[in-house]
Amino acid sequence: MADTSTSLPTRPAPAPDVDRDRRSAPRLWPRFAVLGLVAVAAVVGVLVWNIPSTPGSRGFWLAVEMRFTTVATILIVACCQAVATVLFHTATNNRILTPSIMGFEAVYVVIQTALVFFFGGAAAAATDGLAKVAIQSLLMVGFATVLYTWLFSGRRGNLHVMLLVGVVLGVGFGSLSSFMQRLLTPSEFDVLSARLFGNLSMSNEAYLPWAALVIAIALGVVWRRRHHLDVIALGRDTATNLGLRYKREVTVLLILTSVLISISTTLVGPMTFFGFIVATLAYQLTGSSQHRHVLPFAFLLSVVTLLGGYFVLRHVFYAAGLLSVIIEFAGGLFFIVHLLRKGAL
Amino acid sequence: MITLSDVTKTYGDTTVLGPLTLSVPGGGITALVGPNGAGKSTMLTIIGRLTEPTTGTVTIGGHDITRTPSRELARTASILRQENHFVTRLTVRELVGFGRFPHSRGRLTREDNRHVDQAIEFLDLGELEHRYLDQLSGGQRQRAYVAMVLAQDTDYILLDEPLNNLDMRHAVAMMKQLRKAADELGKTIVIVIHDINFASAYADHIIALTRGRVAQAGPPSELMTRSTLEEVFETPVEVRRDGPHPLAVYYR
Repeated sequence: MADTSTSLPTRPAPAPDVDRDRRSAPRLWPRFAVLGLVAVAAVVGVLVWNIPSTPGSRGFWLAVEMRFTTVATILIVACCQAVATVLFHTATNNRILTPSIMGFEAVYVVIQTALVFFFGGAAAAATDGLAKVAIQSLLMVGFATVLYTWLFSGRRGNLHVMLLVGVVLGVGFGSLSSFMQRLLTPSEFDVLSARLFGNLSMSNEAYLPWAALVIAIALGVVWRRRHHLDVIALGRDTATNLGLRYKREVTVLLILTSVLISISTTLVGPMTFFGFIVATLAYQLTGSSQHRHVLPFAFLLSVVTLLGGYFVLRHVFYAAGLLSVIIEFAGGLFFIVHLLRKGAL
Repeated sequence: MITLSDVTKTYGDTTVLGPLTLSVPGGGITALVGPNGAGKSTMLTIIGRLTEPTTGTVTIGGHDITRTPSRELARTASILRQENHFVTRLTVRELVGFGRFPHSRGRLTREDNRHVDQAIEFLDLGELEHRYLDQLSGGQRQRAYVAMVLAQDTDYILLDEPLNNLDMRHAVAMMKQLRKAADELGKTIVIVIHDINFASAYADHIIALTRGRVAQAGPPSELMTRSTLEEVFETPVEVRRDGPHPLAVYYR
């Protein structure tokens, strides 16, 4: 094995990551390129396909502008779900859990249900706006932050206890929601259930720029920590030995996860399995354990899946609203197959 | 030098360690020996800040481990536990490369790669460097983890049973390499070890623990006596002094 950096004296110094790059680059770059092209094609396809006006006319650009909201929503959701799930897997040292196990989405459901329950369906529809969305996101992030810092940063901090409390609270919120839902009138229940299933084409436009801003900041933080993430994935003891403050790092990761998930959930509603699919595929297709490979790849996969699915459903089956239902169905199947093949949690 | 003052570790009402006040001299190999449950690993992981002591303070090379930033400590002391679980798919070389993290924060420089190459060569992992960890035997993986700790290039190296899972050849090779690291590079090495004869042959200093307290401490020639070993391990032992090192014979 002469495959070391010293065997390449012609390479201009200093060359960081010489060995890792050389071994992974030839395998990974084509995959990134292909996936990137498909993602761009999907974006362009959804934007311009099948517009009746002639390209370049005012009507054409108007249609593109209207579709842009959908595309932007999907890009944001794709990014949130992919990155949040990978971060959650790294933080919990586990690749089967999804952030929804921590009860994030149950919090969303309980907020929505309580709104309809206490103020009626009309009030819930009337208060849709930036303020409500922001408050809702803040509540979800607040819930998660309090839970994590309380349970995990304490002296007895233990990830498994925290996960268990998350599951129990999630179930508790779920029961509370279904209790309130039983008491609703059928018409109010209808208004509510329309909100509880993710719908990509019904997002809140005014919220998008803010969501994009928050995500840009979150992604900046994540990218700066990409090497830390690789070390965190080695587990508590090794990460501590290598000089990371493990609890602090993991708490930051969990809070980032909750920010991303809350944005995605407030935009399009709960998506339980989607992040799991793209994260798992990204691990398998990149074959890399480095976050600088896995994170962008999961994001691209996520864009391709969501936008591609949206394109096909909209222009082939004329049923765009069903996308998240189908993704959840396929994702659930994928989850079970993966679980059975792996044989253990 | 590593110093412990008034260090205790309790779980509920049970005291598993201490109170311990002792110092481990700088340089050379110090072996922690003792029966199961004597607190050897607890003591080592407390020194390596993986376990929080209930009371007391620990310093390594003058750094108080609770006050020194973790990153700075990671360039002074490294610790390897007995069991290392891993989730991600890593090659041996990638794992060893992580040992450079405290120095380069994840971007390996030429200098870092030199350390990685050295550590890989030191532990005879050249042929395995591109294999994934889950394709290795327990002993090979153990060597890969030790290589990571060596690549970290710290003055103090704490190893919890580094001979676990190693066959005769690799156990001897590992001890020789640790001896070399201590002699040539001036490292201070503290190991928890089960085979008292390895401690006798390679260590400069032996600390024997029983029930969380120091029973005996001193150079191997002093400790390797019938009465001391029988007291510490509570089992009949015969000590032979006909070779280069005293050997304990306790098999039947």
